[in-house]
Amino acid sequence: MSVAEQLENSGQPEKAVERKSKVIGKDITVHYGEKQALFDVNLAIPEHQVTALIGPSGCGKSTFLRCINRMNDVIDGCRVGGELTVDGVDIYRSNIDVVELRARVGMVFQKPNPFPKSIYDNIAYGPRIHGQASGRGEMDEVVETSLRRAGLWDEAKDRLEEPGTSLSGGQQQRLCIARAIAVNPDVILMDEPCSALDPIATARIEELIDELRERFTIVIVTHSMQQAARVSQRTAFFHLGVLVDEGETDQIFTNPKDERTQDYITGRFG
Amino acid sequence: MSERTKQRYAAERRFRLYGLAAIGAAVLVLATLVTSIGIVGMPAFFQTYIKLDVTVDAADVESGRFRQLTFDAVYAFHPEVTDRREKKRLRGIVSSGADREIRLAVADDPSLIGTTFPIWVRSSDDIDIFIKGQVSRDLPQEDRRVKDNEIAWVDGLVEQGRVETRFNFSFFSTGDSREPEQAGIWGAVVGSFFTLCVALAVSFPLGVLAAIYLEEYAPQNRWTDLIEVNINNLAAVPSIVFGLLGLAMFLNFFGMPRSAPVVGGMVLALMTLPTIIIATRAALKAVPPSIREAALGIGASELQVVTHHVVPLAMPGILTGTIIGMAQALGETAPLLMIGMVAFIVDIPQGIFDPSTVLPVQIYIWADSPERAFVAKTSAAILVLLTFLVCMNAIAVMLRKRFERRW
Repeated sequence: MSVAEQLENSGQPEKAVERKSKVIGKDITVHYGEKQALFDVNLAIPEHQVTALIGPSGCGKSTFLRCINRMNDVIDGCRVGGELTVDGVDIYRSNIDVVELRARVGMVFQKPNPFPKSIYDNIAYGPRIHGQASGRGEMDEVVETSLRRAGLWDEAKDRLEEPGTSLSGGQQQRLCIARAIAVNPDVILMDEPCSALDPIATARIEELIDELRERFTIVIVTHSMQQAARVSQRTAFFHLGVLVDEGETDQIFTNPKDERTQDYITGRFG
Repeated sequence: MSERTKQRYAAERRFRLYGLAAIGAAVLVLATLVTSIGIVGMPAFFQTYIKLDVTVDAADVESGRFRQLTFDAVYAFHPEVTDRREKKRLRGIVSSGADREIRLAVADDPSLIGTTFPIWVRSSDDIDIFIKGQVSRDLPQEDRRVKDNEIAWVDGLVEQGRVETRFNFSFFSTGDSREPEQAGIWGAVVGSFFTLCVALAVSFPLGVLAAIYLEEYAPQNRWTDLIEVNINNLAAVPSIVFGLLGLAMFLNFFGMPRSAPVVGGMVLALMTLPTIIIATRAALKAVPPSIREAALGIGASELQVVTHHVVPLAMPGILTGTIIGMAQALGETAPLLMIGMVAFIVDIPQGIFDPSTVLPVQIYIWADSPERAFVAKTSAAILVLLTFLVCMNAIAVMLRKRFERRW
C-alpha cells in the first residue's frame, strides 16, 4: 500500500504527501485488559518533521506514542491490534527484536529520568549495551556529540563525572534527550517532555526539538496547544481513543475540519 | 482563641505526651535489661589467679606427673593438713585445669625443669566467686559452698599476695568446659560464624533470585498469588518447625552430620528465606518505574534493566533485609536444638562439618548448668551475643546510608 493511499484512508488532503512516511499506523487498536483505549487509528508520520499528538487527558495519544517503540509491551494485559510499520517493516511481527526496535525508536519521557549515574555514564549506557562504540576514545566522542546536539555540552563538559541527577530539571531533560540520541535512532518519541519544566527550560527544549528535526523524525505528545503550534509541522488530534483530525499544523489550528477539534483548540473542553 | 482551637491544641499535646511516654517506657525497659545483664555478667570477664611455687624435675616431665605436682604445690601452703578429705578441699582451691597450665609453661620454657618457679594458675570457680564477693561470710557454714577452713586458707593467701584478679582473656579464646573457670565462648562464636556463613550462602542467592523473578518476571496469576501468600505465611512459621524439618530431611533422609554448622546453616537459611524475599521484593518495588522506562526506552533488554539498574538501586534495601535476617538467624535457638547443635562440645570447630554449637545455644546450655559461676558466664555470653547483634544492625544502617541514592 502506498503512502498516498494510507493518507487517503485517514481522509487527508493530497498536499501533505510530499515527504516519505517514516511510521505508518493502520487500524491500530489498543486494549488495556477489557478496556479499549484506541479505536482504529490510521496515522502516517512523515520523515524529518515534528508531529504533535494533542488531545485531552486519557484520549489515547500517549498510548499511540508508546505503540511506536512497543513500550506498551511491558504493561500487563495490553494488546495491540492492526499494523504499525517503521520504514515499511511491521514492528508487531513476531520476529522483530524489540531491543533493536527501541534502539532505532528512542523515547523521552514526561518526567526527566536520568539514571542515578554520572552524566557521562548516562549517555554512554545506550551505545555501550548496543556495542556501538569501542574504546574510551570513541565513547568520549559519542558523548560529546550527543551532548552538543542536545545543547548541553557547554553546561556539562566540566562536570561529566557528576551525577546526572545533580543537574536542573531542564538540563536533566536535555540530558535524557542526549541519552536518546546517543544510540543514533531514526525516530524520537517525546511524551510531554516539557510538562515538568518552567517556561525558560521549555523554550530551550522547543528550540532543540526544532534543530533535531533535521536528523530525526520526531513525534511529540503535548498538552499545550501553543507548544504544538510552535514546534510541529503536523498535528494529530485524538479524542476518546479516536483520531479525530490530522493534518498540517497550520491547517489544524486555523481551519480545523472537525467540530471537536475546533472546540478543543479554542478551549471549550480539554 | 476559640474553644475548638483550644481543644485541638490540647489533643495534640496529649498525643505527643502519649508518644513520649511510650518511648520512655521502651527505653527504660531496654536500659534495665542491658544494665542487669551487664552487672550480672561483668564478673565473668575477670578471673581469680593464685600463685603457686612449683618444683618440676626431669622425672616428673618424663612421667607426666603434673597433676601430683600441682597438688604438692598447694599442700605446701598448709603442711599441717593431713586428713584426706581436708586435703581434697585444700587442693580444690585451684582449678582442676591448673596442671595443664603448668605443663604448658614447662613446654614453653624447658629451662624451668629442675627448678622451683612461681606460676599463676586459675582458682576454682567457688573460690573465684568468693574472691569476687559473691559469697557472704555471714551465712552459716552449711549454707555456703566455701567452708570456714577454705575461707581461712584463702585469706592467708590473699595476705601473702598470692591472689590476683585479672582480665579473663581465655573467655574469648577457649571452647566450652564443665568447669566454669575454664569455659570460654570462642567455640560458640566460631560455630555461629560457620553457621551464618552457610545460611548466608544458601539463603542470599536463593532469596534474591526468587524475589527478582517474582517481582520482575512472573506473570500475575493465581499461581504467583498462591506463592506470594505462602512466602508471607512462611515468615510466620514457628522456628522450631524448621528444626523438625531439618531433622527429618537433612539428618534422617539425607544422612548429613549431626550438630554440624552445615545443617544448622541450612535450617536457618530456610527460616531466613522469607525475610530476604520479602525485603528484596520491597526494595525492588521501591525502584521508581521511571528508571525502568528510561532503560527500556533506549533498548536495554529486560535482563539488562534488572542487572544494570534495578538491582544496583535496590541493593541497600536487599542488604539491609539480608543483614536483619542474618541477625535473626544469629539469635535463633529452637531449630538448632532439634538438629543436635545443643551437644556439649569442647573443641573449636575447624570447618562446617565439625560438631559445634552456637552462641544462643551456648547461653542456653550455660543457663541450664548447676554451677553458680555459670550464672555470670551466661550473662557474659548474652552480652557478647548482643554486641554482635548491635554490630550487625549498625552495619545494616551504615550500608543503607552509604548506598542510598536520590532521584
